[in-house]
Amino acid sequence: MADTTMEKRLPGEAVASKAPSPLLVAVKETIFTAVLVFLLGVLMVGFQTQAIQGQYLSFVTRFDDVLWAVAIVPIGRFLLALDRQGQSWPALIVGGLAFLYFFGAGSTGVMELDVYKTLPLPFEEAMVNVIFGLGALLVFGTAIKSLRTAGQGRRTLPAREAAEARRANFARRLSVVLGPVLVAAAVVLPWTPWGDRQLVDSLVLVLTYVMLGWGLNIVVGLAGLLDLGYVAFYAVGAYTYAKLSTELGLTFWESLPIAGIFSAAFGVALGFPVLRLRGDYLAIVTLGFGEMIRIVLINWQAFTGGPNGIGSIGKITFFGFPFERKAAEGVTTFHELFGLQFSGSHRVYFLYYVILVLALITNFATIRLRKLPIGRAWEALREDETACRALGINPTNTKLTAFAIGAMFAGFAGSFFATRQGFVSPESFTFIESAVILSIVVLGGMGSQVGVALAAILLIGLPEALRELALYRMLAFGASMVLIMLWRPKGLLSYREPTILLHARNKKPMVSGTVK
Amino acid sequence: MEYLLQQLINGLTLGAIYGLIAIGYTMVYGIIGMINFAHGDIYMVGAFQAMIALMIVGTLGISWVPLQLAIMLIVALVLTAAYGWTVERIAYRPLRGSTRLAPLISAIGMSIVLQNYVQLLQGPRPKPVAPVIRGGFALTGSDSGFVVQLGYLQIMIILLTVALMTVFAYIIAKTSLGRAQRACEQDRKMASLLGVNVDLTISQTFIIGAALAAVAGMMVTLYYGVNDFFMGFVAGIKAFTAAVLGGIGSLPGAMLGGILIGLIEAIWSAYFSAEYKDVAAFGVLVLVLIFRPTGLLGRPEVEKV
Repeated sequence: MADTTMEKRLPGEAVASKAPSPLLVAVKETIFTAVLVFLLGVLMVGFQTQAIQGQYLSFVTRFDDVLWAVAIVPIGRFLLALDRQGQSWPALIVGGLAFLYFFGAGSTGVMELDVYKTLPLPFEEAMVNVIFGLGALLVFGTAIKSLRTAGQGRRTLPAREAAEARRANFARRLSVVLGPVLVAAAVVLPWTPWGDRQLVDSLVLVLTYVMLGWGLNIVVGLAGLLDLGYVAFYAVGAYTYAKLSTELGLTFWESLPIAGIFSAAFGVALGFPVLRLRGDYLAIVTLGFGEMIRIVLINWQAFTGGPNGIGSIGKITFFGFPFERKAAEGVTTFHELFGLQFSGSHRVYFLYYVILVLALITNFATIRLRKLPIGRAWEALREDETACRALGINPTNTKLTAFAIGAMFAGFAGSFFATRQGFVSPESFTFIESAVILSIVVLGGMGSQVGVALAAILLIGLPEALRELALYRMLAFGASMVLIMLWRPKGLLSYREPTILLHARNKKPMVSGTVK
Repeated sequence: MEYLLQQLINGLTLGAIYGLIAIGYTMVYGIIGMINFAHGDIYMVGAFQAMIALMIVGTLGISWVPLQLAIMLIVALVLTAAYGWTVERIAYRPLRGSTRLAPLISAIGMSIVLQNYVQLLQGPRPKPVAPVIRGGFALTGSDSGFVVQLGYLQIMIILLTVALMTVFAYIIAKTSLGRAQRACEQDRKMASLLGVNVDLTISQTFIIGAALAAVAGMMVTLYYGVNDFFMGFVAGIKAFTAAVLGGIGSLPGAMLGGILIGLIEAIWSAYFSAEYKDVAAFGVLVLVLIFRPTGLLGRPEVEKV
């Protein structure tokens, strides 16, 4: 599938002064693609290695798959190459038909996806069809796009800027509407017929990531500090509550502020030595710290329980009234308090509202912080550190507060995670978690609160919903990260709200002023 | 003393491998200023292709070891270079000129894709590789009973690394490709105005980086004899640490950083605790960055206002 996702080259590039015939160019590219696909596939796809008794390697060949790929992918490339030279009809027709074929009844379609079959190769026919089908869709879509824009020529820079400004303005308006709608939907959802336990349980996970995304947004989006070890603070929060609950018997509500303070303290302690660094150096050091904390969690057996983690952490209570069928002597349970029938769902629904409120607090705090001097200092620092220094802003202190506040929210989310799972182990706090949270922030459009929520729904919610994809889930996850970035390099809802306006905004927003 | 010598040999071998991976990071960073997170996974793909090549060579009945190694090297090098090119073409080139974070996220996504691609195709279990090169010299100390082992494989790894570095240094210093690369590193826009094909140069950088990572992957396959789809992550982080330690953007720095990380790791696991060897590597990185933020051989960045 290598080359089907290629961007379009600028028109004119292929048509040099002595333009070779379009067909020749397309054929050349096709041959190149065929060779490339062969090189990519010949060993990795062509041979499947198997360890026999964990000692010897043997293999199964599947050259037919390599041949299929070498046959089909260059066709797509050929069509795209023709399309780029102004002949879009072949791409439109063949792409459309191929899409119908791969997804339709002509073969084992998506519906018959048998994901539990593992051998001889996991790339079974149905999945290959899905991949080729998506490729065909891409060819089809490209053709439609170039047919629509045919004859318009290359857009000028002002035209492109205006389009960009329109897009940003649309994103701004959409977020204004979408924010309250999403919140209202989130509040009402458990009461509607769709809000069954399973869905709400998945949404708890999504909301945890929304909260983490908003927390990290303070550090990355506002203060412009690239933090690749955010999960460390999440871990500190989770382990703090785990220890407080199992050792001291504190409840979730008592531990929550302590976990937050503890994480914030960690943020300051880790941040202090490294915040002098800029940009990517900071990224790599925070990554290092994240890994260090995880290694310590694995190896400090006596305190953290090592790889096995800490179990039987106190479950969440309704402000002191436990969600249990039968409570200990003298303790009123939740369902007794309200005279309800006992149901295991109550706890899930309550968890849902707790994380919703926690996430909204994070959001609210962020919005308010932006308006405070410290928030303005963060944004100024993000734009130009040298200028800030000259204006008398202390960069280290300012960055430290951003780091500490971001860490604090991660700590809250961490202790929520611990009480939800009832169990913490270092496995939950790997680098990939940090990467996912950062992706949510960037994919959402940096600094856009609604965008972060949308990205979390997309990145966490969809794979949750597509659990049946099993093995392909992470593959789809990574691919969608790449594709969203290619499609919207600035994030889903990207616009930059000016923090301060010289004049109050009139009814019609100044388009050019809102875009950076 | 002999024990220390043994650790130095082990550390140097490990460091050579890290250094080869680190070159890929440092070159890409130098030329387009992004952390290529998928590079560790390119190394993993290289290791897998070397492993499969070795298996095929064994099946075909070629038993002369130098020929085995040569085939393995060339196959892994070429095929992994194709992966390097493809990753750049799909995930990074369309994002050129975009925000700084966009290619980073795209790279993280690509890293996840590559890991799961290999996991799906080759299975999640670790793959054992039978040792090809056995034996070595025994350098016995004068008075103590400890025998220092210098394996043939270790000698080969170090020699191959030195040879590759020489070729590589020659390419960068003398050839037109190297000149174009250095020009792009200094100022991409100016280079393109002067007729350097910037896209091509960047593609070549990824190809060279991937090829060196493939050699590292092949060495690891021979040295440790176990491959799994997740092996690229830790190696990648450590190699990047090495690149930063040596001064990112500096090629000798990457090699020096790699060797230092290898030595620190070997000595730390020998004298302190093997569990915390990664903590030691990162700890050194943090210390270096605090006291010398540009790394050991990096040029200080002067910011003009």
